[in-house]
Amino acid sequence: MSADTNGQPRIGVYVCHCGTNIAATVDVEAVAEYAAGLPGVTVSKTYKYMCSDPGQELIKEDILANQLDRVIVAACSPSLHEATFRRATAAGGINPYYFHMVSIRELDSWVHTDIVEATAKAKDLIRAAIHRVRFHKPLERARVNVNPAVMVVGGGIAGIHAALTLANAGKKVYLVEREPSIGGHMAQFDKTFPTLDCAACILTPKMTEVGQHPNITLWTMAEVDKVDGYVGNYQVTVRHKPRFIIEEACVGCMECIEVCVFRRGKTPDEFNLGLNMRKPVYIPFPQAVPQVVVIDQDACIEFRTGRCKKTCVEVCAERNAIDFTQTETFDTVEVGAIVVATGFKTFDPRRTPSYGYGVYPNVYTAMEIERLVNASGPTEGHVTLRDGRTPETVGIVHCVGSRDVNTNEHCSRVCCMYSLKLAHLVKEKTGAEIYNFYIDIRAPGKGMEEFYNRVAEEGVHFIRGKVADVYPEAGNTGRVVLQAEDTLLGRVRKIPVDMVVLATGLEAQADADEVRRTFNITCGGGGFFMERHPKLAPVSTFTDGIFLAGCCQGPKDIPDTVAQAGAAAAEALALVDKGFVEMEPNTAYVVTEECSGCKTCIPLCPYTAISRVDGKAYINPVLCKGCGTCVAACPSGSIRQNLFEDEEIYEEILGVLANA
Amino acid sequence: MPDKPKVAFYWCASCGGCEEAVVDLAEKILDVVAAVDIVFWPVALDFKKSDVEAMEDGSILASFVNGAIRTTEQEEMALLLRRKSKVLVAFGSCAHLGGIPALANLWDREAIFDTAYRTTASTVNPEGTLPQVSLAHNGDRVHLPGFYNTVRALDQVTEVDYYIPGCAPTPNIIAGAVETLLGGDLPPAGTVLTPDIALCEDCPRLDTKPQELTIERFRRPHEVIADEGTCLLAQGLLCMGPATRSGCGHLCINGNMPCTGCFGPTSKVRDQGAKYLSAIASMLGFEDEAAIDRALDGIPDPVGTFYRYGLAGSLLRRRKMTPVDA
Amino acid sequence: MDKPAAPATADGWEPKIVAFFCNWCTYLAADLAGTSRMKYAPNTRVIRVMCSGRVDPQFVLEALAHGADGVLIGGCHPGDCHYQSGNYKALRRFRLLKRMLLAFGIEDERVRLEWISAAEADKLRDVVNEMVAQVKALGPARLGTPPEDWAVGLEEEADEEVEGVTV
Repeated sequence: MSADTNGQPRIGVYVCHCGTNIAATVDVEAVAEYAAGLPGVTVSKTYKYMCSDPGQELIKEDILANQLDRVIVAACSPSLHEATFRRATAAGGINPYYFHMVSIRELDSWVHTDIVEATAKAKDLIRAAIHRVRFHKPLERARVNVNPAVMVVGGGIAGIHAALTLANAGKKVYLVEREPSIGGHMAQFDKTFPTLDCAACILTPKMTEVGQHPNITLWTMAEVDKVDGYVGNYQVTVRHKPRFIIEEACVGCMECIEVCVFRRGKTPDEFNLGLNMRKPVYIPFPQAVPQVVVIDQDACIEFRTGRCKKTCVEVCAERNAIDFTQTETFDTVEVGAIVVATGFKTFDPRRTPSYGYGVYPNVYTAMEIERLVNASGPTEGHVTLRDGRTPETVGIVHCVGSRDVNTNEHCSRVCCMYSLKLAHLVKEKTGAEIYNFYIDIRAPGKGMEEFYNRVAEEGVHFIRGKVADVYPEAGNTGRVVLQAEDTLLGRVRKIPVDMVVLATGLEAQADADEVRRTFNITCGGGGFFMERHPKLAPVSTFTDGIFLAGCCQGPKDIPDTVAQAGAAAAEALALVDKGFVEMEPNTAYVVTEECSGCKTCIPLCPYTAISRVDGKAYINPVLCKGCGTCVAACPSGSIRQNLFEDEEIYEEILGVLANA
Repeated sequence: MPDKPKVAFYWCASCGGCEEAVVDLAEKILDVVAAVDIVFWPVALDFKKSDVEAMEDGSILASFVNGAIRTTEQEEMALLLRRKSKVLVAFGSCAHLGGIPALANLWDREAIFDTAYRTTASTVNPEGTLPQVSLAHNGDRVHLPGFYNTVRALDQVTEVDYYIPGCAPTPNIIAGAVETLLGGDLPPAGTVLTPDIALCEDCPRLDTKPQELTIERFRRPHEVIADEGTCLLAQGLLCMGPATRSGCGHLCINGNMPCTGCFGPTSKVRDQGAKYLSAIASMLGFEDEAAIDRALDGIPDPVGTFYRYGLAGSLLRRRKMTPVDA
Repeated sequence: MDKPAAPATADGWEPKIVAFFCNWCTYLAADLAGTSRMKYAPNTRVIRVMCSGRVDPQFVLEALAHGADGVLIGGCHPGDCHYQSGNYKALRRFRLLKRMLLAFGIEDERVRLEWISAAEADKLRDVVNEMVAQVKALGPARLGTPPEDWAVGLEEEADEEVEGVTV
């Protein structure tokens, strides 16, 4: 396959300008000229944009015209365009693995300023590649069949939408939700901005569809415990927490709740953020899916004393859906792809004590107000203070736990708009004077600015300034004073209000770190899961076959979440529908005749890809993921790795140092 | 006996064990003697350097040089024998890899002289005299070999055709090598005349090595009485077998001692010490740094362990010229 | 042989650091540093490997032996390895390698193992800058010594006349 002439390769070197991204800091012409003089280099060129069609065409033409048998492109990071140039190399008629990519943008021009130094570095890196490619071998990508089922983790609007999209395309979907019902945060919202349509009205039908869909297995009160396998063939172990209700037997009549020995609830209702109390046996909210009750082990008398009258069991009668003996169970399923849609948590404002949350009873979080304005909420939609009064003045504090170096640097993106929504709703319901304390109003997107204007026209007040302090008004009025510097007026404002609404920001889930490890994905800034590329692969992760949807990837509103969930579903679908994946051929292999059978490598493989066959090590190429740990450990040098052969790495070392 | 091929033996920085090894051929040595004409063997026969100098270049079929190169004299003799011989054979670990003498490479000449001629308790040297290479004596000038800063393996001094590894080479290896050389069907230059596979391959204890071996504690040979039937690594003893060429017949292991690596690495390994270090560390059963370090305390002398014979050939050379506290 | 490029700086020595970065964390951190346009010292030369567990101690020695003034290994944080545990193997080897390098007299600062996640572009920048400054302060490693110093000390000695010593 290789056109080796007397061991001397025929290398084509292409140095990309990337417009001025590279060329402004690296003297690309000098680099190409330098490369031209190195042994084995047949062609050395620069081009404005190597990734463009003409750039790729250049490679193809040169391979044919100059019988090139190795191709090097020095441009951006291989994570962006390695695949592009491998294709271009293959288009020229040679094996794509004769190509090697050198990053002189992310690793060089973008991080250095001195053109002399950056140019010298580019030369070193390209020289290393020139050294390396002569050892490249032709490689083939192995095909592995893909399991057509998909798992969606998280049953908020993102997970629901992704699951439905996949299920409607005819794929088997496992939807795993850790709460007793799907719905997520969206189920708690009253109206949605900017259209003010009722959240439940648009969400409930989708939830019901999930519950009834023949292609969806819905597991609530379940969490992913372990993920094994690889793209196309994941084995996922799911842990089912006991609900103490036999799901299939419960019809959701809720008579058990009625007859529970607790006449009144004594446990803060999670769904209503503790604004009311619920009983030990409860249904999270009226539209819950599945329509199945749940027993709270910590609150239930039977669990605490074992001496309850069990009126619930009595009333359930022959349905016999209550089972106090349930324990944790596990299921392992095989799926080809996984959509992670584990959502967010809202910022806990106790972390910024100056806002007085948890100290002054009339300081609320926005989420609490969502429940207060909701007709099915704890107050049946009446916005009242804890003492029963209706507020006459309300202050909304923006950016609580957002845009603040002490808490979260990021903008949570939805708070401005939901603050406007709540301002509108509270004003509508109470007629109160509403004061928004904001840093900037961020209203990008369809209909958002219009909504801002509408709310402003309704007479809601806007004070540009960050609230510095919240303290009780003198004279025991029950009101608190919001103090802020109005940066438009240039003076300090002190506004007494009956109710304070803290527009708390969005954060990564508390257990995002564990979840990330389970799925072998990465966290970026703020603990949100990291996408493979912020622009070009926004729902992919660095682990093939694992996709992201919704706020687990970063704060976003419902339209964006649904769009992203659709994208994640489409990506998953593209993978499982194709039926096979091609594996990167970077697997390790044993040179059997050199192997002494010493077994050093066997326990090192995390994928149990290494076994002993006829006294020698054998690496199963399907199981090997190409980390190379065994290669580095083999005491007799008998294990090699495709794409990362010892010789290739030694040559890179020599190459970067040839000038040292 | 003009038609018999001429061979020479010489020793450089070595302990004499390699010479013994030749004698250890026992009755086989008679076959060797019958087949060849030994033209130079200072330890056994009374030939002089001038006799070798008088020979025609290339007139010796094979010279077997053992020992590392530490002095100017050794270098001179190595170069002389190279010139006079068709085939130069590095005989034994010291010539092959630097051997035990090369462990001195952790220090330079000055530090070594300081220890040997000044600071050790048993030294009496009030004038502080150090070895000289040239001095006047009764009006004459006396020249002595100079002591190099560094110990080298034979191939770091001159071109070597073949290597017979071992400290010392075992009789079967020597006999096999001699047979190969006399047979005329010569392997490519640079070949180590033993199998290019690690010692575990036919180790009698291999089957007792667990498939999933992790090491939690290293033991040194004097600390335990090793079980005679069980893989020594599995008993925490640092057996270099996995990283060492086979061919020795497992003499140490049969003596219930771990392999110390005298046959050197297989051909795919550039640096025996670094490679085996990698393998051994990988096997450790710990993930946190403190526990790893505690376990590694069981290897008090990593250089002496992993480079017992190979320090001259290590990719790395010492940086400091003074003794370093280990 | 390759023709050397122009020296990195006109006014003398600049340390050269060979860096082995794992594909999933530290290499991505370097990518992120790029897209974030962070600026750091230009002395590193990155060699990408799939996992820090692929870094054979021989690579470190090879780099030092060929003139690197320092070697930086970058991997995922403990528990975060893309391959579950490759970084632990890297750590174990590194701890033993360091003991050996110490015996060779190689300063601690010259060879480093750092856990740098894909999000920690700032850590990457800081580690590189710190390491370059430290290695600069140490001076060239000169471990790529060709065998010219075998005979150091002998030349002068040969010329010395030592009188009056009885042999």
